[in-house]
Amino acid sequence: MSNLSVDHLGMIYELPNGGSVEALKDVSFDLESGRILTLLGPSGCGKTTLLNIIAGFLAPTSGSITLNGAPITGPGQDRGMVFQQGALFEWLNVADNVSFGPRMNGNEGPQTDAMVQDLLETVGLGDFGQKAVYELSGGMQQRVALARCLANDPELILMDEPLGALDALTREKMQSLILELWDRTQKTIVLVTHSVEEALFLGDRLFVMAPRPGRIEREYELPFAKLGLTEDPRELKNSPEFTEKREEILSLIWEMEEQIMGHEGA
Amino acid sequence: MSNMESNPNISGGFGGGPGGSAGRVIEKNPPKKSPNAQRKTVTFGDGSAVTGNRLISLATLVVLFVIWLLSEALGIADPTFFPGPIETIQGGWELATDGFQRVTLAEHVFASLRRILIGFGIGVVVGVPVGLAMGLNNTLRAIFDPLIELFRPVPPLAFIPLLILWFGIGETPAVVMLFFAAFFIMVIAARAGVTGVRLSKVHAAYSLGASKQQILRNVILPNALPEIFVGMRVAIGVCWGTLVAAELVGAQTGLGAMIWTARTFFRNELVVFGIIIIGVIGVILDLIMRKAEERFIPWRGRG
Ligand SMILES: Nc1ncnc2c1ncn2[C@@H]1O[C@H](COP(=O)(O)OP(=O)(O)O)[C@@H](O)[C@H]1O
Ligand SMILES: [Mg+2]
Repeated sequence: MSNLSVDHLGMIYELPNGGSVEALKDVSFDLESGRILTLLGPSGCGKTTLLNIIAGFLAPTSGSITLNGAPITGPGQDRGMVFQQGALFEWLNVADNVSFGPRMNGNEGPQTDAMVQDLLETVGLGDFGQKAVYELSGGMQQRVALARCLANDPELILMDEPLGALDALTREKMQSLILELWDRTQKTIVLVTHSVEEALFLGDRLFVMAPRPGRIEREYELPFAKLGLTEDPRELKNSPEFTEKREEILSLIWEMEEQIMGHEGA
Repeated sequence: MSNMESNPNISGGFGGGPGGSAGRVIEKNPPKKSPNAQRKTVTFGDGSAVTGNRLISLATLVVLFVIWLLSEALGIADPTFFPGPIETIQGGWELATDGFQRVTLAEHVFASLRRILIGFGIGVVVGVPVGLAMGLNNTLRAIFDPLIELFRPVPPLAFIPLLILWFGIGETPAVVMLFFAAFFIMVIAARAGVTGVRLSKVHAAYSLGASKQQILRNVILPNALPEIFVGMRVAIGVCWGTLVAAELVGAQTGLGAMIWTARTFFRNELVVFGIIIIGVIGVILDLIMRKAEERFIPWRGRG
């Protein structure tokens, strides 16, 4: 069963000075339902652009994109989004942030309240419903963002560097939480990250992307996300299989960096 | 706070000293900060370290009053040019009880506040939607931009001659002028509030199934509220200052008019009293806006 289908996608931004940037060129892939895909690559390789197109915030300049066969033409509740930071509604408390989606759909009442409480407990914030979001730490805020996204029961969850602003320790805990939620909800996830380790650990599929033009440079099928559900994350990340893949990808990225530097020097 | 840090009784030798005596001294002379509290070594140039001190601020007022009092008691200042405090207080008392020219202080204050509340109120009620619309719609932005940019720098008082021509002398010109004053400020504040919304919040709301109207109500508007409140605070200050000036020329009542009439009767103590009342009411209006801000938008600046 194919879920997300991206076909020869291209995105060219016109610049005010008359120039243009080819943010994505000929990107094609199919993502089956229930997979977790990580996108890794240096700044400017089009990761955010790709995510925004899938979310429906941007229309591609060429190619097509469908979810379950239906073209994506705008944002919709079937695709939830988790941003790096600052996307919570600071005028609402934690519980009201989480219930935002249901309330916009006219679902208010004890049933929604119970569902929200349930979600807050799932992300480890059972006692924080009445708190103001700005009273929470960055990690807790991202937990709220995850719960808010899950409250609408989307098919596909898109995350743009969701852990990018967190400290190393919080980040590791959140990685495990994401895997746990993935396992529990069986959602399809696309997650953007800067960190090689995170991309390897969280992705049961991984695309290494390259810039100018933004494209998929290499694809991996990985076992670590499933293993991470049962094994100790630290041990897994130190296993020979993991470190070998990490070095392989790092050298690939270094190669790309050198090419870019070479271009710029010329 | 800094006086505590340098108090030798409290810092007692080395980091507070042994319990007994240090504790006793502290109780006698209760400090706001314990001797072991954090202490910044760099304060000059650190804006957050310069908070002022209420006692000093209060002392300024007391010293000023005493100098004023002495100048009257010792006959240093010529009372025709600069009335002393006792004369001023007597004048104020007379104004408050019997009134001056058959109008009491309360009536003047009421007249001024009524004008400002109506003009400012309508300015907010009309200005905010216009500002929101300008922040949300290209065409509306294009239509209103030149008007706003052209009239915003004009001091509201400059409208008075025309307004008197159109509406005659009375309440209307002053109120319309205050409306202008508040309107432009509120348009710009609301517009800034809308354009300042973080795109990811709007995107998040769309992905959560919100319609355009729901986004306006549940995201754009609350997000713009802090800016709108700042605008209201600025607007009420500008309105107050402008109103008094407007009353100098075109009104029979109001604090500005009162000062002007007092001047023509050489009742300078009433002028001085009026100035003080105008200042105090200005401070109170600002305080009300600040408290309202704290009460209604506790999330301000925390997004
Ligand atoms: N709105 C835009 N207008 C013009 N260029 C853009 C815009 N958004 C992104 N770009 C350019 O497109 C390229 C890809 O950007 P982006 O998708 O944000 O990359 P990433 O998220 O991988 O860092 C970059 O070169 C960036 O400068
Ligand atoms: Mg990005």
